[in-house]
Amino acid sequence: MDQTTDRGRIARKKKGLLRLRQDIPDSVFSAAGIVIPVVLFLLWWAVTAMELVRPLFLPSPWSVLEEGWRQLSEGILFADASVSIYRILIGWLAATVVAVPIGILMGNYKLIEGLLEPLISTVRYMPVVALIPLSILWAGIGDGQKILILFLGTFFQQALMIMDNVKNIDLNLIRAGQTLGFTNNEILRRIILPAALPGIWDTFRITIGWTWTYLVVAELVAANAGLGRRIMDAQRYLSTDTILFGTLFIGLLGLLTDYLFKRGGRSLFKWSSQSR
Amino acid sequence: MNSLSKHAARDAKVSIVGVGKNFNVSGRDLVAIEKIDLDIGKNEFVSIVGTSGCGKSTLLNMIGGLDEPTFGEILIDGRPVNGPGRDRGFVFQTYSLFEWMTVEGNIRFALEKSTFSKAEKTELVAHFVHAVGLSGFEKAFPKQLSGGMRQRVAIARALVYKPSILLMDEPFGALDAQTRGMMQELLLQIWDDHKVTVLFVTHDVDEAIFLADRIVVLASRPGRIKKVIPIELERPRSFEVLTDPKFATYKREILADIREETLKLMAMDHS
Repeated sequence: MDQTTDRGRIARKKKGLLRLRQDIPDSVFSAAGIVIPVVLFLLWWAVTAMELVRPLFLPSPWSVLEEGWRQLSEGILFADASVSIYRILIGWLAATVVAVPIGILMGNYKLIEGLLEPLISTVRYMPVVALIPLSILWAGIGDGQKILILFLGTFFQQALMIMDNVKNIDLNLIRAGQTLGFTNNEILRRIILPAALPGIWDTFRITIGWTWTYLVVAELVAANAGLGRRIMDAQRYLSTDTILFGTLFIGLLGLLTDYLFKRGGRSLFKWSSQSR
Repeated sequence: MNSLSKHAARDAKVSIVGVGKNFNVSGRDLVAIEKIDLDIGKNEFVSIVGTSGCGKSTLLNMIGGLDEPTFGEILIDGRPVNGPGRDRGFVFQTYSLFEWMTVEGNIRFALEKSTFSKAEKTELVAHFVHAVGLSGFEKAFPKQLSGGMRQRVAIARALVYKPSILLMDEPFGALDAQTRGMMQELLLQIWDDHKVTVLFVTHDVDEAIFLADRIVVLASRPGRIKKVIPIELERPRSFEVLTDPKFATYKREILADIREETLKLMAMDHS
């Protein structure tokens, strides 16, 4: 009996929760995000507990957690994570430092867009993995090579996205600046840049996610430490628990990065009508 | 050639002399404005109406110096327009406010290129915040304001540096009817208090008549002047004028003109 009433309530709720572009309570929204991971976790646990697949193909959640605990207590995890985070930060920052001015110039000056857009659009389709041999020749086998790979994986997309961020601002803002007597340079710095900043910040958030996805590729060759390296090493010994733990851990760090950028954006750009 | 109103005839504030504008659309020259001659008097309020595509916004942009005529010349106080200048203020249809600045910040930003002293600037900002009825909202950000309030900030921003001409491109087009009515009355009040020449582009015939000393009706494809109608309704005007029989007569005439143009356009599109 309890079950039927429960089901009735869920059915009614569903009606209220699934409406086109309608807001739902925050609590429901955040809770919804946990549902699928929990279901997946339970499935994973059930499948391994019932020994439906061999642990080699899918280790149990507990052995993955155990592996995590081992890495944590032996200090490997911290060492790997700090090396990788350092590479990610430097690689992404290097890309950003170049992409921001180039993207802004491309978004504002047709000539510069015409000069660079075809090149950047071509290069961004080239597989970064294929450039590993060249990157070793150019940058050696130290951290520089890893950072170069992360740079290549991030920069081209980022420059194009920042160009779009700049182009998306209302043309009348620029015209207002002109009627108020500001020079082109002043309009660029004091109107276009601040107006495009919330969009650019969003691009930062998205592109640092891409940098994270290039981590394993970057640490493919000649790395002694790093989260990606650990995964590649584990491949040699078929330790699937290490692979799974490493992958999940990178995902977790990515989630954290995303959260920090979202929070940062929300407090930096309170004035923006686009931000929620 | 045009029936200029009395005060416009002699010392024109704005002279539009044989102005034409061609646009290059995929290799072909398209005549947007054929040839417009018009004088606008000092402190006159002129509304410009016409079907879409008659070049009314282009004309306004050219007077504002945001666009260049292909032919002819625009003179302000006898001097040719050469780009935007601080003798003109511009209000756009979109709420073109600087979102990262407060109400006060937006208005103050317009004063940066002025030679007023700091104290004068503070006073001017306060004066215009008050004039557009935004006292108490000085520290608010545009995001927190309604559409009507944002457009009031835009008006204050366009007037604070004391231009002698105010150019308005469908500034109330995005507002609801009630807000729009209030904004029109507010604009007339400001115009009366601050003595500026206003060029006001609009789709709305009621709005054009209610505000203007003269209405310029533009014909389309190519854009040119169809008719100039002096509006002899008493000032100061309030909403009651909307039901005045004379108002209805003007409205009938202008609506008929615009309808005629629209029909021509439709016929062109079908041929």
